[in-house]
Amino acid sequence: MLLGLAWLTPLVSFVAILFFGPRMGHHGKNAAWVATAAIVTSLVLSLAAFGTWLAAHPVTAVAHGSHDSGASPADAGHSEATHDAHGADAGHDAHAGHADHHAVHVPAAYSGDWYTLYQGGELRLSIGWYIDALTVLMFVVVTFIATCIHIYASGYMHDELHDVTDHEVHLSGGGHLHRPGRFPRFFQALSLFCFSMLGIVIAGNLAMVFIFWELVGISSWFLIGFYFERKSASTAANKAFIVNRVGDFGMLIGLMALWGALGTLHFADSTVTAIDGSAATKPGLFSLVRPESSGYALQVPDGMVKFANAEEVGRIASEHAGRPGDGADEIASRIDGWRSQGLGRWLLFIAGVGIFCGCVGKSAQFPLFVWLPDAMEGPTPVSALVHSATMVAAGVYLVGRFYPVLTPDVLLVIAIVGGITLFIAATIALVANDIKRVLAYSTVSQLGYMMLALGVGGWSAGLFHLVTHAFFKSLLFLCSGSVIHACHTNDMRKMGGLARVMPWTAGTMLVGCLAIIGAGIPFVIGLSGYYSKDAILAQALSYSQANPAWSILFYAVAGGAFLTAFYMFRLWFMTFAGTPRDHHIAEHAHESPTVMVAPLAVLSVLAIVAGWTLPGGFGIANLIEQARPAGTEATTVGGFLFGSLTVPAEHLSHEGAVHITATLTAFVTAAAGVLLAAAMYLWRLISPTVVAYMFRPVYSFLAHRWYFDELYDAIFVQPAFAVASLASGTDRGVIDRLIDGIAWSARQLAVLDAWIDRNLVDGLVNATATATWNVGLELKKLQTGRLRQYVMFIVVGTVALFVLASMLFRAALAG
Amino acid sequence: MTYLAVGLPPVAVPLFAGLLSSPVGVAHYLVVGAILFTAGVVCMALKRNALGVLMGIELVLNGANVNFVAFSSPSLRGEGAASLGLDGQVIALFVILLAAAEAAVALAITLNFYNNHATVDIDRAEDLKG
Repeated sequence: MLLGLAWLTPLVSFVAILFFGPRMGHHGKNAAWVATAAIVTSLVLSLAAFGTWLAAHPVTAVAHGSHDSGASPADAGHSEATHDAHGADAGHDAHAGHADHHAVHVPAAYSGDWYTLYQGGELRLSIGWYIDALTVLMFVVVTFIATCIHIYASGYMHDELHDVTDHEVHLSGGGHLHRPGRFPRFFQALSLFCFSMLGIVIAGNLAMVFIFWELVGISSWFLIGFYFERKSASTAANKAFIVNRVGDFGMLIGLMALWGALGTLHFADSTVTAIDGSAATKPGLFSLVRPESSGYALQVPDGMVKFANAEEVGRIASEHAGRPGDGADEIASRIDGWRSQGLGRWLLFIAGVGIFCGCVGKSAQFPLFVWLPDAMEGPTPVSALVHSATMVAAGVYLVGRFYPVLTPDVLLVIAIVGGITLFIAATIALVANDIKRVLAYSTVSQLGYMMLALGVGGWSAGLFHLVTHAFFKSLLFLCSGSVIHACHTNDMRKMGGLARVMPWTAGTMLVGCLAIIGAGIPFVIGLSGYYSKDAILAQALSYSQANPAWSILFYAVAGGAFLTAFYMFRLWFMTFAGTPRDHHIAEHAHESPTVMVAPLAVLSVLAIVAGWTLPGGFGIANLIEQARPAGTEATTVGGFLFGSLTVPAEHLSHEGAVHITATLTAFVTAAAGVLLAAAMYLWRLISPTVVAYMFRPVYSFLAHRWYFDELYDAIFVQPAFAVASLASGTDRGVIDRLIDGIAWSARQLAVLDAWIDRNLVDGLVNATATATWNVGLELKKLQTGRLRQYVMFIVVGTVALFVLASMLFRAALAG
Repeated sequence: MTYLAVGLPPVAVPLFAGLLSSPVGVAHYLVVGAILFTAGVVCMALKRNALGVLMGIELVLNGANVNFVAFSSPSLRGEGAASLGLDGQVIALFVILLAAAEAAVALAITLNFYNNHATVDIDRAEDLKG
């Protein structure tokens, strides 16, 4: 399997660099070659897989609902494990006869398992794959951007090839930290990241997603904390990790809800081999939530209904105990009734929101977005790859992948969170002065766009934006890295006029800015962002027309587009246009080496063309459309929590009125944003300082990032510290005292014991010894050394004995 | 016989009286052995010369030997006495042998003592005094 190989190649590189990194050439210089070779191999394999896919499933212009998925498992090697869509196609063909515009379309998808981690009865956890057009596309995007960034990083990180003096670390002695370079370690972490990211993309079940989810978390931690001697970097790494844990806690709850109620985490149907060797097809999440029998319409799965009504189920089962099936038929006959009562829908809601919680953490959505701007402490290639193009997109990807299971209520939650995020982040980006932080907030804001798009039913719009955003955002980050490389500062207030010295960087960054604001000639042609952003706007408009109560979402998107245009061009004007503000920096600035500029050029080409659809219908949008989950094409009406919600079908947003309004809105807002930015920072018609002064409260509110860090500090961090100090106080005041008291008493007891030992026991022993000694001294006197005396003793003694004996015997005889 | 009784326990008076009038038997030998033994002991106790002490030891041993041989001889003990066979003579031989070995060792010690102290006065031999 090509993608499997592509997935594992970075792992090989990671292991190789882990063990042999420092020995690879001078200061591990060749580690970059190993890592780059691995990712290039991945890219080639992904492209091969992409080609194979296109050969098997040609992308055509999508007339919604009417195109044939053309699923045919071309590769005989995995036809066994293939989630074969043929059966479904047969049914679909029958519908096609009615020329039904909303005919159910089943995406071509392959799934299977490589390795079973755990199997107990029908429950099973495994390492497997689920591959559809989206997976293939994501593989190409991830490996392509990763390749560009590997090449770029081998230039950017060359400082690490020799000993480094870190001027941002002040040692207590007053000097700066001097340390050996860590070139191999960087590429090692990068390889681990690529492996984990591809693992998420290819994962065939949620458990595997979760494993790789945490793996990208840890590699992100390594990379943010790459300059771990800097306190800000290590704090940022910890913050990212901890904030993500908060989201992952919700994700675990979602996983448990699914696992507990449905007993499977597989996306697709899978074949379960029991211990006795009999194989059975076990339905996956998608077919449980959108069963084929009900025309792929969303419904609460049987497992959840039973789970929610466990008491009733248990009662029926006990009533029917002993009869064949233990009342299974009875239960099955009542499930539809229970479902119509709404049983189990809360469980499905919780599962969806729980999984979304994980995505909130990973994709830096409100309220967990605070970690992403701080994550810019990592080296810039990392910001480009991990914190803008791929890892943060994993949350959006998972929502997209998990989309069939999400109910309208969950989708509304997602849309609201996305809307809040995009607005907050965009406003903060207006006043940020650190070039990377502007881009970071813009990333958060764009991720909010994607979430909102998914939430309002724009499945392909959101994922399309994910892909185009990956290209232009990594481009923007690499450009900013190039600027930082030249200026040695992140502060835009010290830049200006750099376009003259860095023409390539300025040009490519302009392309990136135009792409992100969705520039284009309306209805004719545009950069990649033009297509994806228009799709989102159109879908948001369509949603707010269907649900007037939530039309605020459309205004958030439109307002966000204006803000995006403003802050992106503020960034560009401040950095490249005008005259240099700091001559010292401007004089030393220079264009970056070819190894860094080349990826910029490649990415800027892609940032322009990624949205285009070729005359034959080939284009990313249509490719994504090919993977559209079954049953999500039609308009869905549902929802119990926020009243009745209508999630309009996506093709409705392409219809004339909606589409035209959306496109014009996008164009006008973007143009207004650019003009305002130009007025303030290029033509200097309006002084930014005066504006900041006029709106002082607002400005300081935004400059302090809505006080989110302060808020979290007050709500979570300080109470945590308080609890910690209380605990340590208890520890010190009560437990330590107690232990000290015990120790003191033990010591006193020991003193007493020592006294007894010394005086009584030792006294007895010494007295015995002294007595023996004295007796010996006395006896010594007998030992005169005079032989004749001894003889006398013997004689006298013998005689005395005889006398005694004779007297005694006499007494005995007499007796 | 009363003169003999002076200093002797009442039992001994008829014993000694009997000895002079009876034919030679075991008792007479025992008396000879006892006299030898006593002479040896006195010699050991009174002599200051180490060689004299050794001679006293020889007397003591041989006094004992006389007793052994006397007890062993059936002719001396008369009919009816339980026979001891040659046990007494054998033990006597052992004693003689032992005496010879002892004499050799003792003479060596004495010679050594003389070499160190230029005398054989046992009163001067008090190195092992406690």
